[in-house]
Amino acid sequence: MHPRPIDWLIMAVYLGFVLAVGYLLRRDMKTSNDYFLSGRSIPGWVAGLAFLSANLGAQEVIGMAASGAKYGMATSHFYWVGAIPAMVFLGVFMMPFYYGSQARSVPEYLKLRFDEKTRGLNAMTFAVMTVFSSGISLYAMGLMLHLLLGWDFSVSVWLSAGIVLLYILLGGLTSAIYNEVLQFFLIVFGFAPLVFLGLKDLGGWSGLTARLTHVATSQGFAPRAWSSTWSEMAHAAANPLGVEWFGVVMGLGFVLSFGYWCTDFLVVQRAMAAHSLTAARRTPLIAAVPKMLFPFLVIVPGMIAIASTAQTGGSGFALPHKADGTLNYDLSIPLMLGHYFPNGMLGLGLTALLASFMSGMAGNVTAFNTVWTYDLYQAYIHRGASDHHYLTMGRLATVFGTLLSVAAAYVANRFNNIMDLLQLLFAFVNAPLFATFLLGMFWKRATGHGAFTGLLAGTAAAALHHGLTLPRGSPAGIKGGWLALLHSYPSEMAQNFWTAIWAFTVCFAVTVTVSLTTRPRPERELVGLVYSLTPAGREPAGPWYARPALLGTVVLAAVLLLNLLFW
Amino acid sequence: MGLDLRIPLGALFVALGVLLVAFGLASEPAIYARSLGININLWWGLALLGFGAATLWAASRARARR
Repeated sequence: MHPRPIDWLIMAVYLGFVLAVGYLLRRDMKTSNDYFLSGRSIPGWVAGLAFLSANLGAQEVIGMAASGAKYGMATSHFYWVGAIPAMVFLGVFMMPFYYGSQARSVPEYLKLRFDEKTRGLNAMTFAVMTVFSSGISLYAMGLMLHLLLGWDFSVSVWLSAGIVLLYILLGGLTSAIYNEVLQFFLIVFGFAPLVFLGLKDLGGWSGLTARLTHVATSQGFAPRAWSSTWSEMAHAAANPLGVEWFGVVMGLGFVLSFGYWCTDFLVVQRAMAAHSLTAARRTPLIAAVPKMLFPFLVIVPGMIAIASTAQTGGSGFALPHKADGTLNYDLSIPLMLGHYFPNGMLGLGLTALLASFMSGMAGNVTAFNTVWTYDLYQAYIHRGASDHHYLTMGRLATVFGTLLSVAAAYVANRFNNIMDLLQLLFAFVNAPLFATFLLGMFWKRATGHGAFTGLLAGTAAAALHHGLTLPRGSPAGIKGGWLALLHSYPSEMAQNFWTAIWAFTVCFAVTVTVSLTTRPRPERELVGLVYSLTPAGREPAGPWYARPALLGTVVLAAVLLLNLLFW
Repeated sequence: MGLDLRIPLGALFVALGVLLVAFGLASEPAIYARSLGININLWWGLALLGFGAATLWAASRARARR
């Protein structure tokens, strides 16, 4: 890859705009409410695109293309099953409680609905998790820029962390949200021509699927295993994911997806910043529309990469091998940028890649500074100070949150297995969360003691399940089986899905049992927090796209159609 | 909120579009062998320019209405 001045100029123009947005917004940041929640003033479409973009970090872009190469079209389960239904549920059913309760963060909702200890547990694990995720995002970027452009790891880490820090410091959440929208369009405009050129090179969609047949049969799968979503899902052994349909629907589609999209403050914060309840409810629904088309932007490049590696197209693109002889799937998108884009477009493609790294990191930093300031500092360290004091604390938290992320990036660079271990622990903590929120919002009898013990039991169940099972062919240790071996799964993904299913079930059962034996809160305290005690808001009038329930139905119908088209 | 997001969004894509179109017109045709013979800088630059201009136009219309 040989960037020329035009490519650097394009990148510099983008970085200039990013900083200018932060600078122009600095005057609007007068109160902590402006800084952490954008003064609840963001229009629905802006919040919606930011909602999508905050999740569109580098791991997402690089990782989804890698999965597209490894597993083919079935990777779109992560969108059409593992994202859209949960986003619709959040917008239609859950947003009224998050937004209507005036909670400033997801942990604060837990405090209002349950009690202090449930909030404390959630806030603490979330704060640690965001810092490490943004560190891993930085680390991935440092590696990638070193590989593609020969940049020094430290230079790329400090430079991009510095830019993200500067624009959030100046313009708070609004700045992060505005920049996430710029990043969204850059990613779309940067990757769409790549898909176009790649498909054209292989002779269109039919040329791609013809080559994918070869990819599938040479690995002993049915011919359509790489180009279909559901047709090979009856048995785990019949598809490259190594999961059967029930694991996909329950583990990914229900537990993991609802647990992430409906409870992760990183995304929910974008909806909470919307200017009205209706706009907040429409935020995840608006995000769902581009989200359901993203497989064509990020998964199809991976499919093109593996197809041309198996049987090269006219221009001879192929994936390189790693030191251990396996294909380096992670390089699908970066190497295709270098292969198909001339200088000029190369700058745009690299900028899109950089934008995705920064949006992933900025989302984590803004979620961290809010949870730290409201749910840890104000709740446990310094109560009752002036608003100005908390605004200053938020800015400080932005600085040390960024510094901690940089530190985490260096740790990840030195000790890869520490990061694997941490991600595993976070998975245990997150797996049961949705059961707590589901019971909290829709069952008025659920109590604080029930929620707290349920969360702990769910996390323990996740750890126990992981300790007793292994993906077939893996050694006992970080992959599981560190207690004993009771069951082995056909793949790591199947094991993950079933860990989540167990954690959710145990958390649900324990929360219900403990709640029934402890004293419920008086009903008048739960108005606005629980479904059955909250007067149903009237669906706003207006065209179909302005009504959350109707828009949600249309989105679900569209995603069903996509599943059928690519069955 | 003081700043209409459509203004920096539109301006960014107008700037990127102008850069790509100018480079597409000035660059030697040989570099387009990798993009399958298409002058992708020129064509995609025009697309970015169009998107940026439309976004700015929407922002100015919203301002006039206020």
